[in-house]
Amino acid sequence: MCNGCRNCIAACPYGVIGINQQTGTAHKCTLCYDRLQGGLEPACAKACPTQSIQFGPLAELQQAADVRLAALHSQGATQAQLYGRDDKVYGGLNAFFLLMDKPETYGLPNADNAKLPSRNDVGGYLTAAVTAVLAVIAGLVAFRRRGTG
Amino acid sequence: MTRFLAEHFVQSPQWTWYILFYFFFAGLAAGAYVLGTLLRFSGDPRDEPAARIAFLVCFPATVICPVLLTADLGVSWWKFWHMMVDVTPGDTGLNFKYWSPMSVGVWGLLVFGFFVTVSAFDAWLSNRRSAGIVPMPLNRAFNVLGAVVAIFIASYTGVLLTVSNQPVWSDTWVLGGLFLASGLSGSAALLALLIRNRPDAGFSLGRLHQADGYFSVLELALIVVFFITVGAAGTLAREVPWLPLWAIAVAGVAGSLVEARGHLRMQTAGGAGTVAGVRLDTVVVSVLVLLGVLALRAAVIFSAQ
Repeated sequence: MCNGCRNCIAACPYGVIGINQQTGTAHKCTLCYDRLQGGLEPACAKACPTQSIQFGPLAELQQAADVRLAALHSQGATQAQLYGRDDKVYGGLNAFFLLMDKPETYGLPNADNAKLPSRNDVGGYLTAAVTAVLAVIAGLVAFRRRGTG
Repeated sequence: MTRFLAEHFVQSPQWTWYILFYFFFAGLAAGAYVLGTLLRFSGDPRDEPAARIAFLVCFPATVICPVLLTADLGVSWWKFWHMMVDVTPGDTGLNFKYWSPMSVGVWGLLVFGFFVTVSAFDAWLSNRRSAGIVPMPLNRAFNVLGAVVAIFIASYTGVLLTVSNQPVWSDTWVLGGLFLASGLSGSAALLALLIRNRPDAGFSLGRLHQADGYFSVLELALIVVFFITVGAAGTLAREVPWLPLWAIAVAGVAGSLVEARGHLRMQTAGGAGTVAGVRLDTVVVSVLVLLGVLALRAAVIFSAQ
């Protein structure tokens, strides 16, 4: 149960998690979990008048996206690309986007920047461990027994 | 070859004042415990009074830590224990994620609290009746175990920031070591401040300043590495508004180095006989170092948000 520590906000590379000041808990889109339980699609997909937001089985959406991308490329829109469709970003996303520019233009991390926070676990602790060894040696040198005082 | 520049599209976790002071007190408490242990291991009985003061000062500095962490949760403060206990119906149990510095840190703080409480009580009792609750050989082994946990407490706060996707914090791997070196330097300065008028502990004053100097060399080296790594990631500009805080941090480091050099010279010239003459220096330098410890953490925390 969320206790409002906000570690998830520090970690989320898409900035989609926010803190509710009234409840003190973290919130983000759940794809309308309550509607899904009732066999309905998320409200955003239902309401979208231009079909820009689509919801459905992943394989079907991927197929539709591939067809759409091929059509755009054939029309000369060579800059069109699918974000999250392949495994370049976090091994592939279950929500993907048709972009007409670089991902970072849309506030999405590109493949180089799509990294997990845990990438720094080893480096962070290793630096601390090396520092600890050097600091303990320094302390022992400073406090070594002396005959005078 | 294209140079890699980090780009971040995250939201700020709004870790501000409570967390800043938690990092500050955790660094001082853990650093003091490590110094108390090292002083006890010096083999010189004249260091024992300073070691006891180190263990005593750990206690209030540690007690305030969970208070600050709980206050930071805001209106959810009463759910602080969910960090350690999973209350999900049908899946209740203890929460421990070894890959999450926050999860490990909460358990570490609990274990550290145990070591600090026992060692502080032992030091208090030793001061009152010249004997603690734990025999000295066993006490030393206990202190070593506690010091290992203390080293973790002083450093995991930096690792916690590094293991995120925030700009600056995640662009460097040096924060764990930097916070550890800074915490040790700050606690050496704090102890020097506390023992400056204590004749029974005066022997350790110069030695603490000397240790502070060594820790400050480490800290300075890690500050340089911090700026190099953040600069290589392309987020150095975020530090510009916080340069005054960095200046205070570096001034603290410089003060430590000057004071340590003075005590090294004094030691070469004939020991601690002139300790009384450096008391003013101790006050000025210690306050400067402690301000530097706080400023360093503030500069790191605020520059990402």
